[in-house]
Amino acid sequence: MTEKVLMKGNEALAEAAIRAGCRFFFGYPITPQTELAAYMAKRMGKAGGVYLQAESEIAAINMVYGASAAGKRAMTSSSSPGISLKGEGISYMAGADLPGVIINVQRGGPGLGGIQPSQSDYFQATRATGHGDFHLIVLAPSTVQEMTDYVFRAFDLADEYRMPVMILADGMLGQMMEPVVLPEPKTELPEKPWAVTGHRGERPHNVVNSLYLKPEELEDTNIERFERYERIKAAEQRAEEYLVDDADIVVVAFGASSRIARSAVNKAREKGIKVGLIRPITLWPFPVNAIGAAADRAKAILTVEMNMGQMVEDVRLAVCGRVPVEFFGRAGGIIPTPVETLAAIERIAASLEGGAR
Amino acid sequence: MSKVVYKRPEALTEAPFSYCPGCTHGIVHRLVAETMDELRIEGTTVGVAPVGCSVLAYEFFGCDMVQAAHGRAPAVATGLKRALPGNVVFAYQGDGDLASIGMAETVHAATRGEKITIIFINNAIYGMTGGQLAPTSLPNQITQTSPYGRDVNEAGFPIRVVEMLSTLDGVALAQRVTVDTPKNVRAAKRAIKKAFEYQIEGVGYTIIEVVSTCPTNWGLSPSDALQWMRDNMLPYYPLGVYKDVKADGFANVAEAAAARALALAGGNVEKGDTADPAAEGGEA
Repeated sequence: MTEKVLMKGNEALAEAAIRAGCRFFFGYPITPQTELAAYMAKRMGKAGGVYLQAESEIAAINMVYGASAAGKRAMTSSSSPGISLKGEGISYMAGADLPGVIINVQRGGPGLGGIQPSQSDYFQATRATGHGDFHLIVLAPSTVQEMTDYVFRAFDLADEYRMPVMILADGMLGQMMEPVVLPEPKTELPEKPWAVTGHRGERPHNVVNSLYLKPEELEDTNIERFERYERIKAAEQRAEEYLVDDADIVVVAFGASSRIARSAVNKAREKGIKVGLIRPITLWPFPVNAIGAAADRAKAILTVEMNMGQMVEDVRLAVCGRVPVEFFGRAGGIIPTPVETLAAIERIAASLEGGAR
Repeated sequence: MSKVVYKRPEALTEAPFSYCPGCTHGIVHRLVAETMDELRIEGTTVGVAPVGCSVLAYEFFGCDMVQAAHGRAPAVATGLKRALPGNVVFAYQGDGDLASIGMAETVHAATRGEKITIIFINNAIYGMTGGQLAPTSLPNQITQTSPYGRDVNEAGFPIRVVEMLSTLDGVALAQRVTVDTPKNVRAAKRAIKKAFEYQIEGVGYTIIEVVSTCPTNWGLSPSDALQWMRDNMLPYYPLGVYKDVKADGFANVAEAAAARALALAGGNVEKGDTADPAAEGGEA
């Protein structure tokens, strides 16, 4: 039976993780993700799992590394500065092919930055969460329902591809309350014959490791991983399209900024501007197919972000010079308004008319 | 008829050790493996290898193994033990790994009373990177990064790890041993075995510090290195049991901590209204 409840985004992330079979949560206090850890502290013990407040984000991700090595579904959550600290452990997880889920409820940066919502960790999530050649699967929810659905899916993706998966949320999504339908708890989880659970004399010893001192061996692990990444790119790209079929202008926005962009698109449509929205759901793999197809039909692309322009680089790579790609963003924890986003759309519409003359 | 008097422990793989001649890692690996054999726990044990000379420990121990980031072995071991409470989990760490980059993880795993066993190799130097100043390098010790000797006014003082950890309520057993003589090797073996037994009984966090040598980076022959260790390290790092809650009559760290809290509170009552114990001259 499905139940509809009113939940905060951060709490929905926590509840859905438990329902996805996560029984190990390791956290460290940081705003604006605190409710997630608090919810876990309240619920995890009752669900038969472990909630542990680590001594640091570094320790927390390494506890995830340990629990995941033992074959368990494990998660940690933080916000931007804390994710930087987790970068080391995430790299080791990638190098050891360990699944796990990392939540980033983003706030403005760099440095200590601020505590207001931001999307300024796009580069970090999709390019360089830690050292070395690797990717995470990065999912970007835009509603509390999607927070629930994506974290639920994230554990399956992590296990299927044996890699860490990040939910890239932000302070706005974490703090907002919306009605949400919670998923039925998972009862069956995948077998993990590679896990270190004690060999009991029944198999050779398992080793979880990212060290390869012979360069040829290390290169082979990288090549295998990147072949896996190609399969993921082919199978897992996700994007939501809204009014793009006849659109002259396509707005590309993810997460919280896609909500504002959607309002601006609606307002622009009321004014007769043919504009649509593509909302990337997977930031890695980036939905190049959807955006490439839009670039074949539209006359211009506008990327809207809560940062100084990060995803716009991926959009430009996907568009590959076919049409102009403009950027509008606000940084520092400021959420762009529908009015100023509409103004950015109108400026492009005006320039297109000018070009047609 | 031939009689086997000495053989490879079952819990060691056939991979040859990669350690330098005279390094004590080999002896300590053997003691850990013998302990697994005697307690019949190889099949239920998960070991954690650090970053440092023993980074390849996962190739030598026959139990399941995890390689951890530099200094993070106690956090990784925590994740493992919480996920596998019925298994035995140990981490094998050197002084740079444990007492420098991983000190926060070390202290907090200890104070949480994680039911894990730490084998701590203290040879007062970073071995794998070629002999740099370690948190346990002695005053005036010459290393690659203290070429004029460790100046304590600049580089600070060496850390006595088991003494420090023994102040924490989560610690069940904190003991310092060495492996320079057959007698001391046997004592080290008893300590390591006791640590694993305490873990299995759920007594609390256990750590065995092994004062060790690094002939290569100390620039000494193996036998001279042992003598240098006896002359210089053992006076600074005295062997002994620094905490043993069972020897103190407690079943586990929780009971020991409760008794300690009571004693401390009682002490205050007896001393009347004095707020500062030091004002009374302090007590050992």
